[in-house]
Amino acid sequence: MSKIHVTTTVNGEPAEFLCQPGNSLLDALRDDLNLTGSKEGCSSGDCGACSVIVDGRLVCSCLMLAVEAEGKSITTIEGIANGDVLHPLQRKFLEHAALQCGFCTPGFLVAAKALLDHNPDPTETEARYWLAGNLCRCTGYDKIIRAVLDAAAEMRAGAPAGE
Amino acid sequence: MSSLSYAAPATVDEAIGLLAGASGLAKVLSGGTDLLVQLRSGRTRPALIVDTKKIPGIIGIREVDGGFVIGAATSGAMIGEHAALAAVYPGVVEATNLIGSTQVQGRASLAGNLCNASPAADSVPAMIAAGATAVIAGPKGRRTVPVEQVVTGPGRTSLARDEFIVEFHLPKRAPRSADAYLRFIPRTEMDIAVVGAGVNVTLDAAGVCTAARVSLGAVAPTALLVADCAAALVGSKLDEHALAKLDLAARDACKPIDDKRGTIDFRIKVAGVLARRAAAIAFERAAARS
Ligand SMILES: Cc1cc2nc3c(=O)[nH]c(=O)nc-3n(C[C@H](O)[C@H](O)[C@H](O)COP(=O)(O)OP(=O)(O)OC[C@H]3O[C@@H](n4cnc5c(N)ncnc54)[C@H](O)[C@@H]3O)c2cc1C
Ligand code: FES
Ligand code: FES
Repeated sequence: MSKIHVTTTVNGEPAEFLCQPGNSLLDALRDDLNLTGSKEGCSSGDCGACSVIVDGRLVCSCLMLAVEAEGKSITTIEGIANGDVLHPLQRKFLEHAALQCGFCTPGFLVAAKALLDHNPDPTETEARYWLAGNLCRCTGYDKIIRAVLDAAAEMRAGAPAGE
Repeated sequence: MSSLSYAAPATVDEAIGLLAGASGLAKVLSGGTDLLVQLRSGRTRPALIVDTKKIPGIIGIREVDGGFVIGAATSGAMIGEHAALAAVYPGVVEATNLIGSTQVQGRASLAGNLCNASPAADSVPAMIAAGATAVIAGPKGRRTVPVEQVVTGPGRTSLARDEFIVEFHLPKRAPRSADAYLRFIPRTEMDIAVVGAGVNVTLDAAGVCTAARVSLGAVAPTALLVADCAAALVGSKLDEHALAKLDLAARDACKPIDDKRGTIDFRIKVAGVLARRAAAIAFERAAARS
């Protein structure tokens, strides 16, 4: 089978890769573009570890074909920080110890960024439902939710709080 | 999967030509939230995937003649964000938004939910109750089919191999009409319906029901349109007597299976309860839309 050539935008930069028709976007990100931040937890849409934002929509990259990335704009965990400066969500995850093994963390951060892009002032319930498609085996979720709400508050205030 | 090909046609006719001309199994792709899982597990081994999403109009919602046209591949997220649709068809919108997580909502479509033909598909009872029709394109042109006639059994539809759904139509509403959908799952998110119930009613100025459609999901091989449930509602103001008749008619219609999510007895009981609760919500919403 001949491979398909795909031209896309990843984290604001033009990107291209060759893929098989059945490859997922997650395969292409990890294996062809060497963006290994997105994780494969299940490959069936259940865990959210592969979450990316495609043209403004949060999706599971394991449930999207790589060829479908043609002409799209994709944000992965590698595009969340601003150079060496961590995104407020990343900083708050560290401050609140919202991770242990860290396998779920890229997916949570991308999903949480999509939440705050969409709703800068979520209630705890809204944040919990929005993130229901992200599974974590370590933290028990509470610290994650606190980190997300704290980051949202800081971002609304417009400056790093208490520093 | 060694010989799998992918095509993203730009027109309906091109898509039909690809489906008709495929040498092996051809699969239509909308959001892929069912298809990719089945591809990965080896449950389906197509020779060709026809991605419809480059076809103009296949994604999007339009108001036409007082009703709505929803493109077959429109995502649940887009459906949930459409305020006018949510005001007029709250049941269809709430059912669609129950599908999966935020991530799944970013891609999952009505056509995929219907044509995957799971007995537990959430949007299907709501669409059936709402009187939605599917516009199916094929080599001989387009035909419009009530949603309840699309699925013929688990994993099976009445579509020919060279046909696919291009859009859904939701009819113009009479005054004092509204719908509601409820499902029972063992937790509050991320599970598959044990029972789903969609109810759509029209009331007269005095609050008496003049028309009703009731559909149950996950209690039979396909979603059911239950005429006896509708008959229990018509002519009533949803008093105790009507509710009891509705409950009984819903239980009588069930032909469920036993599985890890619920026993036969439990599903039958819950079908009656959900039909009553969904009817109460639909009546309340309809009364508010005078
Ligand atoms: C984690 C997870 C949770 C889920 N939770 C739920 C849930 O709570 N409730 C629920 O109902 N479902 C659920 N689903 C199943 C799935 O998301 C839905 O059925 C969804 O609506 C499928 O739509 P899709 O566009 O992704 O379909 P696809 O995967 O693109 O297609 C599904 C099937 O329909 C066919 N098809 C697609 N488009 C067309 C068309 N235009 N014409 C003809 N045939 C077509 C395909 O060939 C395929 O057989 C879940 C899935 C996942 C992964
Ligand atoms: S790897 Fe994609 S949802 Fe688990
Ligand atoms: S930190 Fe280990 S899975 Fe979430």
